[in-house]
Amino acid sequence: MPIRGVAKGKYRLREYLAFIGASMLDDKRSVLVGTGLPMLAAMLAQKTHAPNLLIMFEAGGVGPQLPELPVSVGESTTYYRGVAASSMHEVMSMCQAGYADYAFLGAAQVDMYGNINTTVIGEHDSPRVRLPGSGGANDGGSFAQKFITIIANQSRRSFVNRVDFLTTPGYLDGPGARERAGLASGSGPYRVITQLGIFDFEEETKRMRLISLHPGVSTAEVKENSEFDIIMSDKLGTSPEPAAQHLQILREEIDPADVVLGK
Amino acid sequence: MRENKSRELKDKTMSAEEAVSRFIHDGDFIASGGFGHVRVAMAIVYEIVRQKKRNLAMAGKTAVHDLDILVGAGCVNKVEVAYSFGHELRGLSPASRRMVETGQCKVPAETSNAAYQWRFLAGMMGLPFIPSRNLLGTDTGNYSSCKVVKDPFSGKPINLIPAAYPDAAFIHVHRCDVFGNAQIDSTVVEDTELSRCARRLILTTEEIVDDELIRREPWKTKIPFFVVDAVVEVPYGSHPCEMPGMYYYDEELIAEWLDLSKMPEGVDKYLDKYVFSVDTFEEYLELCGGIKKVNYLKRREFLKEPMIAPWRKED
Repeated sequence: MPIRGVAKGKYRLREYLAFIGASMLDDKRSVLVGTGLPMLAAMLAQKTHAPNLLIMFEAGGVGPQLPELPVSVGESTTYYRGVAASSMHEVMSMCQAGYADYAFLGAAQVDMYGNINTTVIGEHDSPRVRLPGSGGANDGGSFAQKFITIIANQSRRSFVNRVDFLTTPGYLDGPGARERAGLASGSGPYRVITQLGIFDFEEETKRMRLISLHPGVSTAEVKENSEFDIIMSDKLGTSPEPAAQHLQILREEIDPADVVLGK
Repeated sequence: MRENKSRELKDKTMSAEEAVSRFIHDGDFIASGGFGHVRVAMAIVYEIVRQKKRNLAMAGKTAVHDLDILVGAGCVNKVEVAYSFGHELRGLSPASRRMVETGQCKVPAETSNAAYQWRFLAGMMGLPFIPSRNLLGTDTGNYSSCKVVKDPFSGKPINLIPAAYPDAAFIHVHRCDVFGNAQIDSTVVEDTELSRCARRLILTTEEIVDDELIRREPWKTKIPFFVVDAVVEVPYGSHPCEMPGMYYYDEELIAEWLDLSKMPEGVDKYLDKYVFSVDTFEEYLELCGGIKKVNYLKRREFLKEPMIAPWRKED
């Protein structure tokens, strides 16, 4: 079953995912934001519970009060009423130095350790589908204290045993692997959001664990739509639902042209 | 250092045609400034297509519309990718994706946005490499030009990003003088680094201003004259990409490209119409809607017009 509110026509899937994404971002924290749904989530958070969310864009925009959905992470709205229109060197250096609490990323494929593929489907040198590559994702996934991944279409093709190309590091091949590779200790994937539920990573194994089901979704559906075994939290919850205010802000202020929400 | 870069204050103004024929050669490794669809030297992109340059390698340093046109036109056949073959919210690029998926464009290396910009930083600093803590443990790292070594201080693994020295770079700026002292009224993205590590640098500019204006506020100079080889004045020269604080993306033209470029014949049709059949950038702008369109794009940049997404229908 799809999410109950979606089935009933109360809201659309991407509106719901943006709402769930926003709920992960705390006020007075910083987030490096990627293109698409992550932008909607960060904007919604800033316009609701997190007015002091420090939004950063890889092309140099720092601390904007975003007036509308940017089409690119480099355009002028990414520093609209911002505190700085700087450079990629400035933003990425700050992230590497530990100033990014969160990075918010999209993905084509993810595995049980939260490793992300946004580069190719198939073989690298003769790809079935050529995707855009890392962009700033490897940087965000390497540098941020915690990173959140959003996938609107969890299936056996996107939740895979092995990503076709490991673009951005999750927990690599398990506990301690990030540290052994030289990545900052304590960093790594924090949450994965899909159309079915919310996942974290179990402390001992660093494997993906379902912690919350979206209203109307069953655990069987989550399992069916994954190639790998998903650990079930013994405190499995139900994801919250957006209030009318959230939906109104998303539809009227953030994406009135339905660029992402209407996909 | 750099005998080929004159310290003399000399007038470097020339046409896009002259700049491309003098400074960009077949087989060069090229890099385009700005970011994706933002502040892009489109007059140079079109001129490279017009002069049918071939076998170019291009920095995919988040290179989007520029790269898509140049790969689609057959000018660029090698890309080192941080972010390419996509148009961010507008979706994937039909033309350059097709060229990669059919083997007509090669991807010899992957990297990330930060790592690409640090390649330029190393070049700018005259250093062989920059140490970093990204790309580690990933295929992106394995397919990159980087090397992982043991940090001699901590003993932990550290990534080394090698310097890059593009043969030619082209950057669009808000204003500069005839010598090439340039101001950029927006994020510089990685143009500080790129301008200084490129062997040859072409600036296109919205306007050429008097040297006095530069000297009155020298703290605004983002690119100094002695790294610049050519200055080309091209008002609205980022079109159909955005020029921050001036004009927004021409989503209609971008949608036309994304639609037509689904087929190889469409690429030819688009390039015939907007590149080969026009002699000047003014003529091209006229074809795209002229002053009426430009005024709309200015209002749109200041959020006085609603967002449109004509490419969405094509999904």
